[in-house]
Amino acid sequence: MRLNGAQALIKSLELEGVEIIFGYPGGAILPVYDPIIDSSIRHILVRHEQGAGHMAEGYAHATGRPGVCMVTSGPAATNVVTALADAMLDSVPMVCITGQVAFAAIGTDAFQECDTTGITRSITKHNILVTKASDIPMAVKEAFHIATTGRPGPVLIDVPKNIVDAGNPDAYFEFEYPTEVDLPGYKPEIEPDQVQIAEAIKLMLEAERPVLYVGGGVLKARGSAALVELAELTAIPVVTTLMARGAFPDSHELCLGMPGMHGNYTAITAIQRSDLLIAMGSRFDDRVTGRVKDFAPDAKVIHVDIDPAEHGKVRVPEVPIAADSRLAMEAMIAELKANGAPAAFKDRSAWRQQISGWQEKYPLTYEQSTDGELLKPQYVIEQLSALNPPDTIVASGVGQHQMFGSQYWKFDHPYTWINSGGLGTMGFSIPAAIGAKAGMPDRTVWAIDGDGCFQMTAQELITAAVDKIPVKIALLNNSFLGMVQQWQDMFYEGRRSEVQMSYDLPDYVKWSEAMGCASRRVEDPNEVEAAIEWANSINDRPVVLEFRCVDSERVFPMVAAGGSNDEVYVDPSQQSTLDAEREAAK
Amino acid sequence: MRTEQETTSAAVAEVSRHTLSVLVENKSGVLARVADLFARRGYNILSLAVAPTADDRFSRITIVVIAEQAVLSQIVKQLFKLINVVKIAELSPGNSVERELMLATVRATEQTRPEIMDIVGDYTAVVLAEGDNQITISVGGATAEIDQLEEALRVHGLVEIQRTGQIALPKIGAEVPILRASK
Repeated sequence: MRLNGAQALIKSLELEGVEIIFGYPGGAILPVYDPIIDSSIRHILVRHEQGAGHMAEGYAHATGRPGVCMVTSGPAATNVVTALADAMLDSVPMVCITGQVAFAAIGTDAFQECDTTGITRSITKHNILVTKASDIPMAVKEAFHIATTGRPGPVLIDVPKNIVDAGNPDAYFEFEYPTEVDLPGYKPEIEPDQVQIAEAIKLMLEAERPVLYVGGGVLKARGSAALVELAELTAIPVVTTLMARGAFPDSHELCLGMPGMHGNYTAITAIQRSDLLIAMGSRFDDRVTGRVKDFAPDAKVIHVDIDPAEHGKVRVPEVPIAADSRLAMEAMIAELKANGAPAAFKDRSAWRQQISGWQEKYPLTYEQSTDGELLKPQYVIEQLSALNPPDTIVASGVGQHQMFGSQYWKFDHPYTWINSGGLGTMGFSIPAAIGAKAGMPDRTVWAIDGDGCFQMTAQELITAAVDKIPVKIALLNNSFLGMVQQWQDMFYEGRRSEVQMSYDLPDYVKWSEAMGCASRRVEDPNEVEAAIEWANSINDRPVVLEFRCVDSERVFPMVAAGGSNDEVYVDPSQQSTLDAEREAAK
Repeated sequence: MRTEQETTSAAVAEVSRHTLSVLVENKSGVLARVADLFARRGYNILSLAVAPTADDRFSRITIVVIAEQAVLSQIVKQLFKLINVVKIAELSPGNSVERELMLATVRATEQTRPEIMDIVGDYTAVVLAEGDNQITISVGGATAEIDQLEEALRVHGLVEIQRTGQIALPKIGAEVPILRASK
């Protein structure tokens, strides 16, 4: 089959099973947009290239399949940079295709030229500048292979215009799609080492205060079922990081919830007091560890991560296991059973009691609004969680609403929480929710957003309206950049600098309606339930519910940046009890 | 318990020089990827030399780094994450032959020339060019020797100097530690 480079590119994507491209055409990528007309692949025309990138991420998070975005050269490539960096930090499988100026023009400062592979080198798992049309099929094959195996991540393919140009005789070649890749330096190892598994089992059998510290790697490994089995077999309590919410059911009695800067007291403190930390697909992020030298000071560490560079990057583990976390957990389960589990474990009833004591004393808590007061964001999220199907997919922006979302939504299913954990990208939620809904059209998809975030990417709601992707947005409008305000109040003597937005400007309901969404404003706690039900009754267009929230709510618990996890601030209503307890312990 | 920070502070005295022999795919942009990795993660390179190998699919990069053991381990693991890096071995004076080339132009008056020629002779250097009150010499040798020669010439006045950075190969029959290799 004789094809030109553009046809070959689209054909290769079809052969990789791509069903959706999130993209935006322009000069250098124009030739590739022609064969899209005849392709089975659905193209979703975004309103900004950053949106294409985040949609591809949301799609990948929700479906487990690589997200694909395609944009032109120069400013389009630089616009997608944020999403690539985001996907890199959160290990999201994604393939991004960028147009490039003709090969002969590279390096001449041509119109819409930028050094895309140079700019994206450190924020992609790999990138490829293709120089010949006949290299396109292998570039696509390699990109999907690299993006989806080992530790997943974004791969960028930069395609000069001349090799996809239907008018260029040199852009034609006999198309054949490769069956395998030839990457002598890339053979990810995913099987656990049995010796290390045996070492890990020994520590697990000896442990008196173990904790399973679960990260996003478990989701990437499709390891939730194995995690439940391992936790139940060992009766070891589980904390799920921001990237792993839903990997273990919140309603499970062994679930302690989220650790870290805004984790709950029990999750944080169980790690601090543990004698064995089983880190499973987690990377000792600074938001989890707080001050590293004070983190889990008495714990031995088993660290399972598919990326060996994570072992010892922050904390030196006693037992490093470089493997796919699902395979490692399955090996642990088999080895534990062969070694007499569950009967062989130490009596850990004192540990269980200690944990339930913390849970009783320091649960997540907030005060409901008083009469006439605007909404509490925690209440809105509790209601959303309660009134939606348990497998609802929730995408979040970045800030207070993200932390409240993670804390107050009850996650009982994997792949239902999508957020920007590593990069902390404001504006992530709307495009990510659209990508998730496009990939999982039968599921209810909500975005939890703040007023700051909403203004960064709201235009993608036009994409959702035009393409009939009926996502629902819960906009928690508190008229402030809430998290920054909270830090200024707590750490900058209340000197508020450049954090005030506005309840009324823009008029979010009018704006949403102008973008083709149904929209309603909610100001009274008694209206919340009806509004959510109204939103859920609409399925022919996106819905934006503007929840007007109090402007002073703070996220608790909190560990100050760089502080020790032994110095948690809990909710003000609990702080005096905790202070007294700390005083008595001295 | 050990944390990275404590390990780091305990091992401050153990910061030392390591020679990494890195086999990479011979593709455009690979050197930039390696250099970029060192820059963005804040690793110190003492020298870096790159050239094709006997197999034209691969190039070898010899990198000399100054690092304590935990950082060295991170450097190696992060390097190996680059898709085009195939194998990383650590070479040491005991298990390898090491060479570096230096070109140096030195001030040489009639009075000092004999003394400089003595030094040149001691280090088996070669005179490549001579001019008014200057000579250019070339010397190949172990990096430590070249360091000494550079010091010895410095007192006479170095006009220009260019060193290649160290290159190295395993000694014939020697076992070198392979730190990472694709299976």
